[in-house]
Amino acid sequence: MLPTQVLFLSAVIFVVGTLGVIVRRNAIIMFLCIELQLNAVNMAFVALSRYVGIEGQLFVFFVMTVAAAEAAVGLAIIISIFRHYESVITDDFSFLRW
Amino acid sequence: MISLVAGDAWVLQAILWLPVVGAAHVILGSESRAKILALVWSTLVFLLSASLWWLYNPNAGSGYQLVSSFEWIAKFGVNYALGVDGISLFMLLLTTLITPIAILGSFEYIKTKEKAFYSLMLMLEFAVLGVFSATDMFLFYVFFELTLIPMYFIIGIWGGGRRIYAAVKFFLFTSLGSLLMLVGILYMYSRGGSESFAFDHFLQIPLSLTEQLWLFGAFGLAFAIKIPLFPFHTWLPDAHVEAPTPGSVVLASVLLKMGTYGFVRFLLPFFPLVVSNSFIVGLVMGLGVLGILLCAWIAAVQHDAKKLVAYTSVAHMGFVVLGIFATNEIGLQGAMIIMISHGLSTGALFLLLGMLYERTKTREISEFGGLAKSVPWLTTMFVVSAFASIGVPGTSGFTGEFLALIGAFEVSPTMAIFAATGVVFAAYYMLPMVQSIFFNTKTEPENSELQDLTRRESLVLIPLIVGIFWLGVYPKPFMDRMSPSLNEVIERVEDQEDIGVTLFTPGTSERRVSEDLGHVVDSWETEPTEVGGSD
Amino acid sequence: MINPHLNLFIESGLFVDGNMNWKPIMPAIIILAPLIGFIINGAISLYLNRPNVNSKGESSNGLKRIVSVVGPGSILASFIVVGLNGFRMLLAGHPTTFNANYWTWLQTSDFQVNVGIQIDTLSIVMMAVITGVGFLIHLFSIGYMESEKGYARYFAYLNLFVFFMLILVMGSSYPIMFVGWEGVGLCSYLLIGYWFEDEEKASAGKKAFIVNRIGDLGFLLGIFLLHSALGSVDYVGVAENASGVFVYGGGLVTLITLFFLLAGVGKSAQIPLFVWLPDAMAGPTPVSALIHAATMVTAGVYLIVRSSVLFAMAPVTSALVAGIGVSTALFAATIACKQYDIKKVLAYSTISQLGYMFLGVGVGAYTAGVFHLVTHAFFKALLFLGAGAVIHSMHHALHKVHSEDDPQDMRNMGGLRQYMPITCFLMWIATLAISGVWPLSGFFSKDEIIWMTGSFAMAESSPFPSLYKIYWVMAVATALMTAYYMTRFMVMTFHGKNRTVDGAGSAIHETPKIMLIPLIILGFLSFFGGWVNVTPHLMESVIGGFGALPMTDWLHHWIEPVIAESHHIQLENIGETGHVSPVGGGEVFWAVLSTCAAAVLVIGTTYFKSKSLSYGVLGEDSGTISRFLYNKWYIDEFYDKWIVKPLGQMSKFCWLKFDQGFIDRAVNLSGRSAKGIGWFGSLFHTGQVNTYAFFLTLGLLAVLITVMF
Repeated sequence: MLPTQVLFLSAVIFVVGTLGVIVRRNAIIMFLCIELQLNAVNMAFVALSRYVGIEGQLFVFFVMTVAAAEAAVGLAIIISIFRHYESVITDDFSFLRW
Repeated sequence: MISLVAGDAWVLQAILWLPVVGAAHVILGSESRAKILALVWSTLVFLLSASLWWLYNPNAGSGYQLVSSFEWIAKFGVNYALGVDGISLFMLLLTTLITPIAILGSFEYIKTKEKAFYSLMLMLEFAVLGVFSATDMFLFYVFFELTLIPMYFIIGIWGGGRRIYAAVKFFLFTSLGSLLMLVGILYMYSRGGSESFAFDHFLQIPLSLTEQLWLFGAFGLAFAIKIPLFPFHTWLPDAHVEAPTPGSVVLASVLLKMGTYGFVRFLLPFFPLVVSNSFIVGLVMGLGVLGILLCAWIAAVQHDAKKLVAYTSVAHMGFVVLGIFATNEIGLQGAMIIMISHGLSTGALFLLLGMLYERTKTREISEFGGLAKSVPWLTTMFVVSAFASIGVPGTSGFTGEFLALIGAFEVSPTMAIFAATGVVFAAYYMLPMVQSIFFNTKTEPENSELQDLTRRESLVLIPLIVGIFWLGVYPKPFMDRMSPSLNEVIERVEDQEDIGVTLFTPGTSERRVSEDLGHVVDSWETEPTEVGGSD
Repeated sequence: MINPHLNLFIESGLFVDGNMNWKPIMPAIIILAPLIGFIINGAISLYLNRPNVNSKGESSNGLKRIVSVVGPGSILASFIVVGLNGFRMLLAGHPTTFNANYWTWLQTSDFQVNVGIQIDTLSIVMMAVITGVGFLIHLFSIGYMESEKGYARYFAYLNLFVFFMLILVMGSSYPIMFVGWEGVGLCSYLLIGYWFEDEEKASAGKKAFIVNRIGDLGFLLGIFLLHSALGSVDYVGVAENASGVFVYGGGLVTLITLFFLLAGVGKSAQIPLFVWLPDAMAGPTPVSALIHAATMVTAGVYLIVRSSVLFAMAPVTSALVAGIGVSTALFAATIACKQYDIKKVLAYSTISQLGYMFLGVGVGAYTAGVFHLVTHAFFKALLFLGAGAVIHSMHHALHKVHSEDDPQDMRNMGGLRQYMPITCFLMWIATLAISGVWPLSGFFSKDEIIWMTGSFAMAESSPFPSLYKIYWVMAVATALMTAYYMTRFMVMTFHGKNRTVDGAGSAIHETPKIMLIPLIILGFLSFFGGWVNVTPHLMESVIGGFGALPMTDWLHHWIEPVIAESHHIQLENIGETGHVSPVGGGEVFWAVLSTCAAAVLVIGTTYFKSKSLSYGVLGEDSGTISRFLYNKWYIDEFYDKWIVKPLGQMSKFCWLKFDQGFIDRAVNLSGRSAKGIGWFGSLFHTGQVNTYAFFLTLGLLAVLITVMF
């Protein structure tokens, strides 16, 4: 597989993730979409490491660690919101608006 | 500390910082003792500051005395530098006199959160003293802005019904002006080689006329809002009506003076080219005259006694501006004396209205009547203060207005004549109020049972009344102390004319009225030509 | 030159200082005594009204006695020192002007005002009148104000008034005079509104102060202009520099004098600022006598005489002074003819007589102006005090029968002569004096003014000869009207049938001694006071007693040093005044004619009026002219409609429409517009994560696109 093709795939997945975050209202799905974006970026890192060097692959591990931490915190927040309001639909939540 | 500061300069340092110590003491002390502590500390400051009267030597030549300076932010040339001259001396004394009086006057008025209130009052005193004693532009600006914060809370927490509106308006309006001044300060700083913020350094910066005009606008607006000069005055009536009595007293007596002080201290010496331009001078004087007349008329139709007095403040400040922009010694002396006099008489009026409010819970003029019968002492005090306010000879009000008007008359007879009609309108707004509050027959039956002045209240008023008569009968000691510093300011303006930098008709000095009565303002016709030697 | 009749003293060794370097003794006492009196009485008044006292205003008798001693006593002390110094001045012949500076009041590099006094022949005359008449009125007040609660307050104010009035005449510079000028205005305000609980009276005080302040404005501007033009504001400096700087008839000196004229018009209640004086009658009657007849209102005349050098150089202003004076005299006399309030008649009479004084100083007859000022102080004080005595008795009598009638309304009086014979007699003296009947004081002073007017019109190069001729006719007409309305006043009060409400009449009785003594002294002065200045022309004739009077032209010689310069200027530019009246006839002829006319009028009016008044209660006048005069030409209404109301409306407009509606709205609008912009921005702040993500993406895309292209 050529790096360009991988980069193209990464871009597609990223767009899918972005659209998902914008369009979907379910917090879990939005969260999954964010993971999609992250992984799309990971893929781009790996592909580009072929030109740049090992640092690209190194960054993937960083991103994965951060993503894991983020998933843990994010899911915990979503679950606690669900417990409280019995909903994970973001339309219902705008309490922090000014 | 003493070893670090040369000679008597520690006195000035102590005067500045004692209120902070006092504020800390008030906060740490108990709620019930807050007012006593505040009174003791502010009185201490006053007693200490009284020594300045003798420590300041008017014959020691020009410049600041009791100077002390420490590096603050060395990288930017910011110094913590204090000093006193004939101009700031009386502003400092006025501040230290008014603060204990305002504190003593608020004993009955402030019933909630006393610790917070009295510590804020002391912090306010600290900030104002800083404004008047700073000799570093940066330090000055810090203190200038710092005054807003305690005042904002004093109005916003202990004020009347629309206190939030008034406090926000006060804060935003005045800080808008100061921000423009900050820009001006920074510009001058960079033009001066980014070396120092000292006043003396700023005086050396060569500026072209255009630069001076812009900077004059920036500084002028900041101070004009503070004074307040017509038409930037609308925050004042709101703030006064809503502020608690001590807040009003300090606001009128001291805070407004920061604006006029700025005019004398900065506008005249920093921008002599602009100040010797007769068009600009005419414009500012015109605003002063407009303020005198319009605000006198407006005051005459007020229903709220406090608002009436607030508008009279604007009218008085019009006289001050008129005197300052006469840029001659008589005018400036007059302006300075009005500043002190206004602090005394208007302070007394606000205190007296506060006392009436404590008794009757109203400030509506029409709800009083016949009080002279039930509270003769209070009436006497009020009438004396009112007559000082409208400038009857023998009181401080006359001394100031008389000198300011003579000074203005030398420069612009037309302006002075219009301003002098303010003398008539002063009677026109003040006497009806005095009549319907204290004379006539009683309208409200419960007004006949009012308590006359208590001993504490008499104690509050007597220093003010004494000051009013002292300045009215024997103002010479004051004038002697101011004179050298004021002359320095004037010389600076006149020097610029002599160098020939300006090609405008000078707006000052030995003009004889016989030659051109009333044509001074019109002399703009001389086309402004590019000013040389600026860069 | 030493007056021959003083030779006696000189020979007897009483002559203090051989040369003319005259020095007064204790001049400060003159001013300080009333001030001390004020402080003591003021303190007593405040003490009696001290807080936390249950029996407020109830004066203890001991303190009241102190007030009764201190009040008049301080003025008496002052009067004694004035008299002593006056006597020494007399002995010194032509005394030099005495100047003393106590301390520097205002000082800058090119402006200095000293707190100083100047005693010269003019000021000593004024001082004598103020302290002398003032003392008598204080004495009268003891009786008049006896039952008042604010007894101490009254005497405190009255002493303060004398203090300021003395500053006014003794000050050595215009600013110091202004201190007194405003000070007496302040006291006038306090005393008019003495019964402050009555809204009408409090308003009268306020009106007096505000109208006076218009005049004060003129005074201030005059000082400013003097300072700018001469660099000096004290009398000596002005007199020295005036002739060097000003030219005869020049614009600058005219402007200065016009400003001073405005000041005088305000203080001396001339057209158009006279409206406050009739209202000022709301004050206690002795106050009206002292302030609003004898002393304060004459300050305008004093100012003009004091500035005679300036006025002599300004013929236009002088003509205006005379014009305002004579018009006011005539105008006020017409109103006085139809008033029913006993004090209102006297008020308009005062305005009218002040008009005469203005006429006098306007035609350069400064001595005549001062002369009339002095005699007027005597007879008008007497008239007011007499009226006060009447009101006092009427008040008590009406009070006794619980009548609500106005004790000041002459329609409720009549026939009082039987109850108050001494008062009636003394008031007749004053009436004849003011009417200009020979040989009473008013005859000589008024004759001199009228004569000088006529002869000024006939001067070699009189500036406005025909104008002055008209003035002369008006002055003569006013003199006749004076005789009429004063006689009407006397007849309505003292003659005819008694119209007081049933039973009250018999309760009216003669005033107590303490009030009567001042009346008698004033009666004496009103009678003989005019003999100090019989002009030489009259002197030699029958009217002057063929030279039997020892003091021919005395006042003129006395004041001469003060006004010599102005006479010099006048002589230089106008020339000798003519010695004939505009329609022919010499001074003696006209003097005889006028006194006969006045006498005829007095007798005629007495006869016809007492007849027409014998029919009981009087009704309102119904004729148009009568109503017009009764309502004082509707001047108050006119001012109210065209000045007071519009000013109020304009003030309201400035406040609501301009200040609140425009400036403040603009300020709040700027605040609100900032708020509006923020509100628009807040629309993007939905609280929806998705929206944020969308805009984030948009932003990202925008950045990417900019970077790429």
